[in-house]
Amino acid sequence: MKNLQIQNISKRYGDTVVFDRFSSTLHSGEVNVLFGASGSGKTTLLRLIMGLEEADEGSLSSFDNLQLSAVFQEDRLCNNLSAFSNVKLVVEPSVSTEQIRAALGAVGLGDAIRKPARELSGGMRRRVALVRALLATYDLIILDEPFKGLDDLTKNQVIAYTVEATRGKTVILVTHDMEEADLMQAKHVINLEDIR
Amino acid sequence: MISTSFANNKKGTIRIWSVLLWLGIWQLVAMTLGQDILLVSPLDVMIRLFDLGITGSFWLSIGYSFSRIAGGFFLATLIGVLFAIFSYRYRLVEEFLAPPMQTIKATPVASFVILTLVWIAPQNLSVFISFLMVLPIMYTNVLMGIRSTDKKLLEMAEVFRVPTYRRIRYIYLSQVLPFFRSACSVALGLGWKAGIAAEVIGLPQGSIGEMLYQAKIYLDTPDMFAWTLVIIIISVWFEKIVLTLLDRVVLKMEHL
Repeated sequence: MKNLQIQNISKRYGDTVVFDRFSSTLHSGEVNVLFGASGSGKTTLLRLIMGLEEADEGSLSSFDNLQLSAVFQEDRLCNNLSAFSNVKLVVEPSVSTEQIRAALGAVGLGDAIRKPARELSGGMRRRVALVRALLATYDLIILDEPFKGLDDLTKNQVIAYTVEATRGKTVILVTHDMEEADLMQAKHVINLEDIR
Repeated sequence: MISTSFANNKKGTIRIWSVLLWLGIWQLVAMTLGQDILLVSPLDVMIRLFDLGITGSFWLSIGYSFSRIAGGFFLATLIGVLFAIFSYRYRLVEEFLAPPMQTIKATPVASFVILTLVWIAPQNLSVFISFLMVLPIMYTNVLMGIRSTDKKLLEMAEVFRVPTYRRIRYIYLSQVLPFFRSACSVALGLGWKAGIAAEVIGLPQGSIGEMLYQAKIYLDTPDMFAWTLVIIIISVWFEKIVLTLLDRVVLKMEHL
C-alpha cells in the first residue's frame, strides 16, 4: 500500500477555521502519531479520514475505498452485548470464536468474555474496544488514545499485544504520552500544533 | 444475564394480603347493603363465574372477542412499526401522518365507535377500534425509539462496515425495544378496554360486550361482575404473555 496523502484540506465550522489548506503524509505500514493539544483538530482530522465528515476543500482521495478500523475516543460499545459479541459484531465470519476468546484473554479479559459491556469497568471497556478494532479487517487502523484509563501493568501488557497485532500495518495513534508512542514503535509524528 | 429485558418492578407488585383485604371489604359492604342488584358479593361472583365457565358459549364469547381485539392489536403493531420506519426515513411521510395520528389520539373512543358503525359491520368493529387505539401509541413510541438510537454507535457501524442486517438487529433493535415494550404495555390494556367498549355499543352477536350489555339490561349484577372479572383477567394475562414473549425474544437477539 502507498503512503496516504492529505492534500490541502480546509475545514470550517461557522467562523471557526479548524484546517486551512493542511497537508500531510501517513506512512504506510508504520505507526504515525497524531499529536496536538485539545482543540487542535485531531478529532476533526480523524472524522475526515473516516469519512464521517467532508472537507470543505482539498483531497483525501487516497483514503477512498480503504477498509478502516478504529478505537474511538469513546468506547462506542453496545451495552447490551457481551464483550465477545461486541467484537463478533464487526469481525469477518472467518474470525473464529477461539480467535476472539484468545484475543480478549491476551488483554486480560478472559473472565469477562460473556459479561455485558454495561457491567465492565472503564479500563475493561477500553480493552474490548481495542480488541474489536484489532480483529476487524482493515487497511488503516485509527487508535484514538487506546490505552486511556489502563493501569501501568495492564497498559504495558496491552501495548505489547497491540504492537504485535499491528506489525506491518498502517496505524494512526493519537496520544499525549510520548512514552506510549515509543512503546508502540512510532516512527512518524504529525504535530497539529505546528500548523497553528 | 441482565439485558435490555426488564426486571420486575417489585414496588408495583400486587400482594396477596392486599387483594384478600379488599375482597373482605367488598364482601362486608355487600353483606351490609344486602341487595344483590346494587352490589353482589365476591363469593356470588365466583359462583356465577364457575357456572358460566362450564358452558360452551362462555368460551366461545371469549374466543370471539379475544381473537378480534388481539387481531387489531397485532395489525396496529405491524403497521405502526412500518409507519415509524418510513417516517424516520422520509420526513414527508412523518408530516403526512402527523394530522391523522393527532386526530386519533384526541378523539374519544365512543365517537369512533359510533362513526365506524356507519361503515363497518358490528362483527369487525372491535378489530378496527382496537387497531385505532393501538396504532398511534406504537407509531409514536417506535419512532421515538429509532430517533434515540445512539448516533455514535451508528458511526462505529459505518466505519467498520457492519452489514445492514446486523446494524438493525444489534444496534437499532436494542435501542428501540425498550420504547416498543413500553408501548406494548400501555397499548395492550387500552386496546382491550376500547375493544370491549366498542362491542358494548356495537353489540356483535356472541361477544363479551354483548354479554355485558345483556347483563345490564336484565339487571343481572352477578353476570355483570363476572364478565367484568373475565375482562380484567384476560387483559392482565394477555399483557403478561406478550411482554414475557417479548423479553425472551430480546434475550435471544442479544446473543451473537
